[in-house]
Amino acid sequence: MPEYQARQTIGELLDRQGISRRAFIKYCTAMASLMALPPLAGRAMAEQLRAARRPSVIYLSFQECTGCLESLTRSFSPSIENMIFNVISLDYDDTLMAAAGHRAEAARDQAMKANYGKYLVVVDGSVPTADGGIYNCAAGRTAVDILTETAKGAAAIVCVGTCSSFGGIPFADPNPTGARPVSDLIGDKPIINVSGCPPIPEVITGTLLQFVTTGQVPDLDEHRRPKVFFGNTIHDRCYRRPFFDQGKFAKTFDDEGARNGWCLFELGCKGPTTYNACATTKWNGGTSFPIESGHPCLGCSEPGFWDKGSFYAALSTGTFGRAGNLTPRDAAKLGGAAAATGIAVAAGATALARHRRKVRMTDIQTADTQKEE
Amino acid sequence: MDLLQFARGPALKFALIVFCFGVLWRLTAVFLLRHERTLSEPRHPVFRALMGGLLAAGSRSAPHREFIRRTGYSEALGYSYHIGLFVVVLAFGPHIAFLKSLFGVSWPALPNNLVTVIAALTLTLMLAVLLRRLTHRVLRLLSNFDDYFSWFITALVIVTGLMASTHFGAPYEQLLAWHILSFDALLVWFPFGKLMHAFYIFPSRAINGYALARKGASV
Ligand code: SF4
Repeated sequence: MPEYQARQTIGELLDRQGISRRAFIKYCTAMASLMALPPLAGRAMAEQLRAARRPSVIYLSFQECTGCLESLTRSFSPSIENMIFNVISLDYDDTLMAAAGHRAEAARDQAMKANYGKYLVVVDGSVPTADGGIYNCAAGRTAVDILTETAKGAAAIVCVGTCSSFGGIPFADPNPTGARPVSDLIGDKPIINVSGCPPIPEVITGTLLQFVTTGQVPDLDEHRRPKVFFGNTIHDRCYRRPFFDQGKFAKTFDDEGARNGWCLFELGCKGPTTYNACATTKWNGGTSFPIESGHPCLGCSEPGFWDKGSFYAALSTGTFGRAGNLTPRDAAKLGGAAAATGIAVAAGATALARHRRKVRMTDIQTADTQKEE
Repeated sequence: MDLLQFARGPALKFALIVFCFGVLWRLTAVFLLRHERTLSEPRHPVFRALMGGLLAAGSRSAPHREFIRRTGYSEALGYSYHIGLFVVVLAFGPHIAFLKSLFGVSWPALPNNLVTVIAALTLTLMLAVLLRRLTHRVLRLLSNFDDYFSWFITALVIVTGLMASTHFGAPYEQLLAWHILSFDALLVWFPFGKLMHAFYIFPSRAINGYALARKGASV
């Protein structure tokens, strides 16, 4: 990004690109409503943003599948999502940028130097730490190195996706690469987690926009996720909730219950314990979300979601057994072995008690006989 | 591992193992108890005595007409909260899902709100039962730690379950974890306390009935 562009205010840049003030206010109002802010906040946000300079953003990709970036770029409202790239100055993203090799690295160095203490770091993917961090290297350096160096001059770090937020899939047992979330490695910077596998595009852009507008870290929950998007569970806002309340559950993916759109709890839905905006913001430009498409929520925005037992086992069942969930076969094996041990112990104890009694009775009888003699 | 994972994973596994081990241990131990030889001449054949045993298992559950005025209140309380417990355990969707994972069978659930109301009523009845135990002089003298702890652990499971189903007081995942943990604790306590009456009550009535019928008593 040429330096003269980065120095421009967002308003100037939008004017140059022919994006009207009205369109920008509309966009900000949509974002404000997404964040559950009052309608007038959209106008205030637009004014504030137009006067602001675009913050430099460095996007680091570590152990990840690029799904998060795909989510962001595959947004169904391209004009809106393109606009977010006009609100920030994306100075480094090795997946999206045209430059490669030394030039790409130079872009990162330059952005860091020019905006020291003010730039925003977006991290996508977990950070491998096992064996000196060799499982994820770029430009001959480990992810730990790159993250630590880049984080030093950052105003804040936004972790996009469950991998950078909580470790995600690379973190899943047995975690061969020693994957860690960013918050385990960086302790002296504000960290905002935008979890999800992947996160909803509007949630990513909304979080960035909120930070750019206010310059402050939004209200976060105990997992450092913006409360505005992660304040409710999927279950709280799920349109199938009335069926849950009526005790009407789909038992298989093609039974009458499934066809009638009944609750997917028994098919393993993790909606009751998953905090995210899927049920309200939805996906693909507000078209639908997994539960609406007939699939239970996997709980992908929660820490350790990959290790919480089968995706298809109800939340009220056990998370042990051969397939990570309790089945009648596992229960029979487990209960059978425990019951057999119980029977054996009781039989052994009874036999011992009877033997002791017999010995005691014999002793008494012998003593009596001796006395009589 | 978070609290819910712990409750659904290692804690539940441990509790189920202890429950199965304990129940079978105690049943076997009772079954193998020395029985005094019946010295009286059998008055009825074995089959008739067996029928007498079965009859006693059922008939002893009905209130005795002679004492109904003295025992009616406590029997009504006892029956009501036991029925409430059965409905809550067997007719709530998430419980049915749990039982299905153990036994492979499932059945339709009652509406959650109805089960929630029944659970609240059951808890109220259990409080009345506790109050009676505390205020009745003889009952109080007869009660020991086992009675109070068995009451407490059962009530705790209902309270945490009610809190979870109404999302009251804490995030749902925490409430669910507490509910499952309290259920795990109940499973561990079950074989070693008076909750074991669930397994003893009918066999012991039947065995008594059998012995009495064999001696010629009408049951
Ligand atoms: S489908 Fe899932 S989120 Fe929706 S009501 Fe059922 S359990 Fe809750």
